[in-house]
Amino acid sequence: MAEADVQNLEDFLATQVLDPWKGPKKVPAEEYFTSGHRTCQGCESAQLMKLMAKAGGPRSIVLGATGCMYVANTTYYSTPWQIPWMHTQLGSTGSAATGTAAGLRALMRKGKMKKEPINVIAVCGDGGGVDMGLSAISAALQHTQYNLLILLYDNESYANTDIQVSGSSPYGANTTFSTPGKARRIMHRRWKKNTAAMLAAGHPECKYVATVCTAYPVEAMNSVRKALSIGGPTFIHSLDPCPKGWDYDPKYSHELGEIAVETGIWPLYEVEDGKLKMYGRSKRIVSGQFKRRPVREYLERQGRFAHFTDEDIEFFQAKTDEMWEKWLLPGVIPFAEA
Amino acid sequence: MSPAKATAVKRVEATGGPSGETEELISGSEAIAHVCRLADVDVITAYPIRPYDTVMQCVSQMISNGDFDCEFIVAESEHSQFEIVKHASAVGARVFCGSSGVGWFYAFEALAVTAGLRLPMVAMVGNRALDDPGAFGVEHNDALAVRDLGWMLAWVSTAQEALDTALIAYRVAEDPRVFLPCAISCDGAFLTHSQAIVNVPSQEMVDGFLPPYDRAEKQLHPDNPITIAPQANEDWLMEMRRQNDMAARRARDVIIEAYEDFGAKFGRGGEPFIERYMMEDAEVALVGMGTLAMPVKVAVRKMREQGKKVGFTRVRWFRPFPTQELQDALGGTKAVAVIDRDYSFGSTFYSGTLTNELRSALYPLESRPKIVSTIAGLGGREVTADNVIEIAGMAFDVAEGGDVSEEDTYWIGVRE
Ligand SMILES: Cc1ncc(C[n+]2csc(CCOP(=O)(O)OP(=O)(O)O)c2C)c(N)n1
Ligand code: SF4
Ligand SMILES: [Mg+2]
Repeated sequence: MAEADVQNLEDFLATQVLDPWKGPKKVPAEEYFTSGHRTCQGCESAQLMKLMAKAGGPRSIVLGATGCMYVANTTYYSTPWQIPWMHTQLGSTGSAATGTAAGLRALMRKGKMKKEPINVIAVCGDGGGVDMGLSAISAALQHTQYNLLILLYDNESYANTDIQVSGSSPYGANTTFSTPGKARRIMHRRWKKNTAAMLAAGHPECKYVATVCTAYPVEAMNSVRKALSIGGPTFIHSLDPCPKGWDYDPKYSHELGEIAVETGIWPLYEVEDGKLKMYGRSKRIVSGQFKRRPVREYLERQGRFAHFTDEDIEFFQAKTDEMWEKWLLPGVIPFAEA
Repeated sequence: MSPAKATAVKRVEATGGPSGETEELISGSEAIAHVCRLADVDVITAYPIRPYDTVMQCVSQMISNGDFDCEFIVAESEHSQFEIVKHASAVGARVFCGSSGVGWFYAFEALAVTAGLRLPMVAMVGNRALDDPGAFGVEHNDALAVRDLGWMLAWVSTAQEALDTALIAYRVAEDPRVFLPCAISCDGAFLTHSQAIVNVPSQEMVDGFLPPYDRAEKQLHPDNPITIAPQANEDWLMEMRRQNDMAARRARDVIIEAYEDFGAKFGRGGEPFIERYMMEDAEVALVGMGTLAMPVKVAVRKMREQGKKVGFTRVRWFRPFPTQELQDALGGTKAVAVIDRDYSFGSTFYSGTLTNELRSALYPLESRPKIVSTIAGLGGREVTADNVIEIAGMAFDVAEGGDVSEEDTYWIGVRE
């Protein structure tokens, strides 16, 4: 190894060691995301913020991109954050994380700040992360000298601006930019981007990429803890049911998360040190121990798909089947062998 | 320009400036890179665009040679470039950044929030024409575009002034009374790529002038769990804007203080906001910014030899705008000719931005000089001494009640 690289490694600051919590009873009571926000009832993204803050603990800095988790969640004079929090621009999540981590590292390395591992967590929505900020997130995942986590909360629309279609919205969804009408029933014809796998495959030096769902809170928190402990830049993609954007009774938020996983629409997996591990129901889907529920059970529960005909549902089912039956790595990496 | 050439630093023996300085033959970009080293900047981000990027070539080489240590990040866009240092600044790191032309515009959102957040970023703008068409040469529209946002803006005319102003910029920007970003504009090619002998100060001298950056209770850190920039609406936003306004006002005195101290410690620096050249008895004044100073001064000397009472006032700081100084320098003249190296299409009398600002600065005066508005040197076109003499002639004409109109703008050296 070159001399400079050794120096570089020595300068690399250790991470906090955040062991997994073995079950809900082991989770400490302290909250770092508390009252003061005004998100919708049943907002799973707010739930994710709470889980993330708990998992990271008090020696963390959180950067939050514009979106519901800013506008509805972080209001002047009533911040819910007990840990340091700073706003960042819609497309800046990767840069916010890199800049914060670089600032801390420079100050500690030069003896201008007490040396200690501080968690850096940058949060964005699907509009901020899957669309606008993708290039900055990609760049952040290349800078392996910085310890940081990018947490993408995917409510499958630009929710804060009144529910508009994003590159992460499901095919056909009714949003304010893709309302079904008399002449055209399906306005949104893009298939949801395969973001987590794209980032894992595209950044082989990134040590940890995972998908989570708040319907499985302990797993989600442990994923955050692993991402923060493993070192270098990491990425977690969370599917967050959103009562307003998906149009359902808020009491079903949790259940819808489960159905998304059980229908195979939202696969749960971790890519750790280059190794893929499916977990939860998704693991059992791959091994054949769990039979995927029909996507109809998911789609029919949400107003955003109310205009779907049987034909649309069949199309959705066929595309979902493809993910598990045709893909090179089921649920994760597309393209079959030629 | 090859990286090797951009960073070729030739040491010239002995000292010309105060003891502890070395003389070096360097460009304006290299002079600012020296300030990054001397100010012990913590985080620097780069992205390629001509002509500013010579400063980053030099920074990169200083790091690889072990002359300087910082987190040096090559970003994937200017937006990220400026966002990264913005966030590094919030945790207490001293930062440097820069861009040119459309690169500066690509970062525009970040530029707005950096000022809004009161983060003391120092940036270099290698002034360049905006696309389209793609052109490399100097125009001032890039840096001028942030003039309403809270950025302090300086224009320099020599490599020495680039170095001195960058040091002063850190001191002013990081002063808690100010906490605003500052951009130093260097005319593309004329300054970014032209070498001159520069006095480079010693570390001790710089340490005696520039205190460490301390955000105190505004630092984002687990020991200080604040929430920065929570969402606010009409109930609070106006008070926040007012705070930024007050900071921009306070910057004036802090800049004056900094020049006084710089003058005492370095024996140079000059008058803070403007440079007055042969202005004492001038009846006609030329006004401009940046490296225009060179041909203008040559022309002024020529005209003086012919007995014409003409002088030159160079605007060194555009934000805060030197209203009082310009009133003082120009109030006694009969006519002023402004040379804008920028445009503001469709504006008052179709003038450039410097003219428009100057006009409103002089408006309250009891007796106002007449103002001739000109645009010259766009896209890096050379402004010659003859051009300047032509412009001065228009000012003499308007002073004597000739045909030149105050209500129009004259494009100099343009094919019609
Ligand atoms: C550069 C920029 N463009 C547009 C907006 C307007 N805007 C504010 S919040 C938002 C929605 C972001 O969507 P997402 O990232 O999915 O977060 P969500 O609102 O769904 O929580 C948009 C588009 C903005 N703030 N900044
Ligand atoms: S619109 Fe959706 S994401 Fe936004 S606050 Fe409401 S439930 Fe949460
Ligand atoms: Mg969203």
